[in-house]
Amino acid sequence: MEAYDLIVVGGGLVGAALAWGAQTAGANVVLLDEGDQAHRAARGNFGLVWLQGKGVGTPPYMQWSLHAGRVWPAFAARLSNAVSFDIGWRQPGGLQFCFSEAELDKRRDVIARTRADGGDIDISILDRADLRALLPGIGDEVVGASFSPLDGHVNPLHLLRALQQGFQDAGGRYRPGFRVEHIVTERDGFKAVSRTGSVAGTRIALAAGLGAAKLASEVGLSMPVKPERGQIVVTERIKPFLPYATNCIRQSVEGTVLLGSSHEDRGFDDGTDVPTAAALCRTAARVFPALSEATVVRSWGSLRVMTPDGRPIYEESARFPGAFAVTCHSGVTLASVHALEIGPSLAKGRLPEHLSSFTSGRFDVHQD
Amino acid sequence: MFTRIERGSALPADGNVLDFEGSQISFRSGDSVAAALLAAGVSHLRESPVDESARAPYCMMGVCFECLVEIDGRQNQQSCLTRASPGMIIKRQHGARTLG
Repeated sequence: MEAYDLIVVGGGLVGAALAWGAQTAGANVVLLDEGDQAHRAARGNFGLVWLQGKGVGTPPYMQWSLHAGRVWPAFAARLSNAVSFDIGWRQPGGLQFCFSEAELDKRRDVIARTRADGGDIDISILDRADLRALLPGIGDEVVGASFSPLDGHVNPLHLLRALQQGFQDAGGRYRPGFRVEHIVTERDGFKAVSRTGSVAGTRIALAAGLGAAKLASEVGLSMPVKPERGQIVVTERIKPFLPYATNCIRQSVEGTVLLGSSHEDRGFDDGTDVPTAAALCRTAARVFPALSEATVVRSWGSLRVMTPDGRPIYEESARFPGAFAVTCHSGVTLASVHALEIGPSLAKGRLPEHLSSFTSGRFDVHQD
Repeated sequence: MFTRIERGSALPADGNVLDFEGSQISFRSGDSVAAALLAAGVSHLRESPVDESARAPYCMMGVCFECLVEIDGRQNQQSCLTRASPGMIIKRQHGARTLG
């Protein structure tokens, strides 16, 4: 049987980033990927690296996210050097549009709370005139926006491909079609068992998104994640007109325009519906009236991986040391730190110490 | 490059003509714009927004978006999914469409 330093369960953005980081740091890693039939959030992701407002009220999460944003350029450069295609990473800054003074006041409040939490991020309020100067095509209904130069965007499919390819180029073993059914704990490590075979490793990291909850309990971990559906609409290719990341409209390097995204509780149904797509299109046309003449070519639904408080879980099993839980819903934004910091740390057999507040114990009911 | 299978039947002379970049193109009732252009020997319908290379219809069933043209002033139209009609003004689609 094959034996590795580290088994990573889950070949999506989180798992591929960890595997890439651990393998390039010198560990012998196997990445077990259920495949494209899995509920893969990376497939449906909007592609934002979004920092303004992230983690407000939760300073450790805010600091971790801001750190992720600051190391993204170095991460993107390292990844881009290793592959022959453009992963679509751009950091032009991000705009969150407001349709009323009340919405603008909420953004002012986000800025104040970010300052109060010690968040080192430049966020400014743009009024209608400021915004018009940046984007002449903006609609009359938009009264302003908040802007942060730290926000960026990337093609999530190309990011995933680059991580999987980079991982294999570094000597990592990628096993597609390997759906882990059980994890067996052994004296000197773990065994991941599928219907067709098994793989052994000294350590194991569970990064299987919505599929991880059941496996986690087998190694003394808790990953109480639930699906949240997001739908996205995409248009035909249009000449570049939007050189910024925004909260609801993103123009890809290739010219398509993504309109997103919804937040729906629909269980494991990753389908689409016309009223939701229409609402996304309406919002986009309020921001850029000219978009109303664009042709929609596709829409899709995908499932976010949500913990009860929306923050990541990073945890090593107390009962079975060497088993790790890693999950979050910001697989794109946090890809940089998963790849550059958690992966190399797992290669040494531990999680970074400063992430100790991200364990699942925070969901337990405490009685004094 | 392409020839019609039904060689025998003559083209109807009832005004089934469209305009492609200033040239008059005869077609048969039921032709898509892409089929009409291919049958007339026109294969350069657009240029890619990515590398500006010339492109021709490929899938002829609405999937590949290689056959985009401008039809009566509307950009990015899928010529393989659009039925040809007399008097249509067709132009090449140069790169990505513009808005507004």
